[in-house]
Amino acid sequence: MPELAKLTIEDAQMLLREGAISAEELTQSVLTRLFAVEPVVQAYLSVQEDAALDAARTADARRAAGDDAPLLGIPIAVKDAILTKGVTTTCGSKILKNFVPPYDATVVQKLRAAGAIIIGKTNTDEFTMGSSTEFSAFHPTHNPWNMDYVPGGSSGGSAAAVAANETLGALGTDTGGSIRQPAAYCGIVGLKPTYGRASRYGLIAHGSSLDQPGPMTKTVTDAAVLLQAIAGHDPRDATSLDAPVPDYPAELRRSKGFDGLRIGVPKEYFIDGLNPAVDTAVRNALILAESHGAELVEISLPHTDFGIPVYYLIATAEASSNLSRYDGVRFGVRVPADSMWETYFETRAAGFGAEVKRRIMLGTYALSAGYYDAYYLKAQKVRTLIQRDFTAAFEKVDVIFAPTTPDTAFKLGQKIDDPLQMYLTDIFTVMTNLAGIPGISIPAGFADGLPIGLQILGPALGESAILRAAHAYEQLTDWHHDHPDL
Amino acid sequence: MTTLSKSDVENIAHLARLKLTDAETELFQEQLSAILLYAEAIQQPDTTDIPPTTSAIPRHTVMRADEPADGLSTAEALANAPDTAEDSFRVKPILP
Repeated sequence: MPELAKLTIEDAQMLLREGAISAEELTQSVLTRLFAVEPVVQAYLSVQEDAALDAARTADARRAAGDDAPLLGIPIAVKDAILTKGVTTTCGSKILKNFVPPYDATVVQKLRAAGAIIIGKTNTDEFTMGSSTEFSAFHPTHNPWNMDYVPGGSSGGSAAAVAANETLGALGTDTGGSIRQPAAYCGIVGLKPTYGRASRYGLIAHGSSLDQPGPMTKTVTDAAVLLQAIAGHDPRDATSLDAPVPDYPAELRRSKGFDGLRIGVPKEYFIDGLNPAVDTAVRNALILAESHGAELVEISLPHTDFGIPVYYLIATAEASSNLSRYDGVRFGVRVPADSMWETYFETRAAGFGAEVKRRIMLGTYALSAGYYDAYYLKAQKVRTLIQRDFTAAFEKVDVIFAPTTPDTAFKLGQKIDDPLQMYLTDIFTVMTNLAGIPGISIPAGFADGLPIGLQILGPALGESAILRAAHAYEQLTDWHHDHPDL
Repeated sequence: MTTLSKSDVENIAHLARLKLTDAETELFQEQLSAILLYAEAIQQPDTTDIPPTTSAIPRHTVMRADEPADGLSTAEALANAPDTAEDSFRVKPILP
């Protein structure tokens, strides 16, 4: 029997069903592994050891009584940007360091209903604003493949925890790449669903027209299983889509692989600044797909260059509005001052870190009188052009292949003082959020010992198509069998 | 248009209800100016007759049945508040 913490969700489900292992043994193995490597990885902000073991024993009792819920007894980590009832949820910010949510996010409620065991809350850049997890107010997280490097962000805690076998799977959130970029940097699978595919109720809001929760897992099949558990309409999120949820894992089992799949190759994603090893990895993936029956189609997404400026104006504008709620009145830290007015200023000055302040400032400016038309409104018009690029492309192709990031992970501290350089690591991921479409990052090789991510994009509600392509690639490669030496 | 003055930064901070130190004001003046200069690129595409995006995925008005349901209790709603009194959030007087 291998170390249980190293199991995929799929294999653990099978062993639990056969009665070969118990949920308690599995959870104990994950906790043992977690406590052994956490001193160096630092993926978690809190670990719910006792609650997890209790939930595991409950899961074993349910199974003994004949229950076979899809995730029964499976340990899952949850990004600390997602509310968990009765469990401190900080979103990586000092301003929420004592915040104990009175309710579960819908996706957490769904995980629990599916039988999952919440093992702990994972690290994130403060209010999910960052690409390295270095902007967490508590501590940075380290890349399990090389401790001198960042795990990416903002879901860097979830990505590192999965890569280091400190959980079987995790939830992240993705506003401009925050699931896919850390998945690429840590060599795991990360899927951002279509905007509205999963409920945002109980996600700590960053950019409300962009935010989506999604699975971060060791394999594509596991991503399908976890997506299945969290997808669906939620009356408490008016932007959630009232569309039927396919049986994603069953569709993968019936999949025809690459045969007949039309894959778009966007020339704008193969730019000069691309790390040659990343370029080669993606091109090799295309060659492999073609040799197994896929048709490659050259496409153009002409407004790609505008993705980063459009994204950073819209996301910060929405964030500046969303974060106005942190005023020291109803929840969060308050810094007392002589007047209510001064209390606002002092509370927000002490409670927010530098990157959050920077983004609130940028967003406030983009929305302010005299600049609204030139920045916010113009950005929303260019966003329409970006969406039309994708609509036109998906008339010709089923999925699009691209790099997830232009380079592999960077060193801790390397970009922390240069916000623009940090923003540019999201250059290939932000467009997906602006267009509302789904995207997945899967392991596609290594450069100097650091993982490379292949990104696969699909049309709105095209999760089945991107899972199919990702699964076909995974079946033909061994990257997902590599684990960091920890 | 994109080079921010010190007073621009102070004005934005005021609108955002953020108290900045002198060092932060200086740093943000430099960093936000650089970011806005980069963001000037969005002026390039012709957006005549292009509507602004209002939703990532086109939506119709969402309706639901008006049915009563339990919300948070007063105690739950107040549990995370920094200061409370008489089943309310307590703050400094708004009017002097």
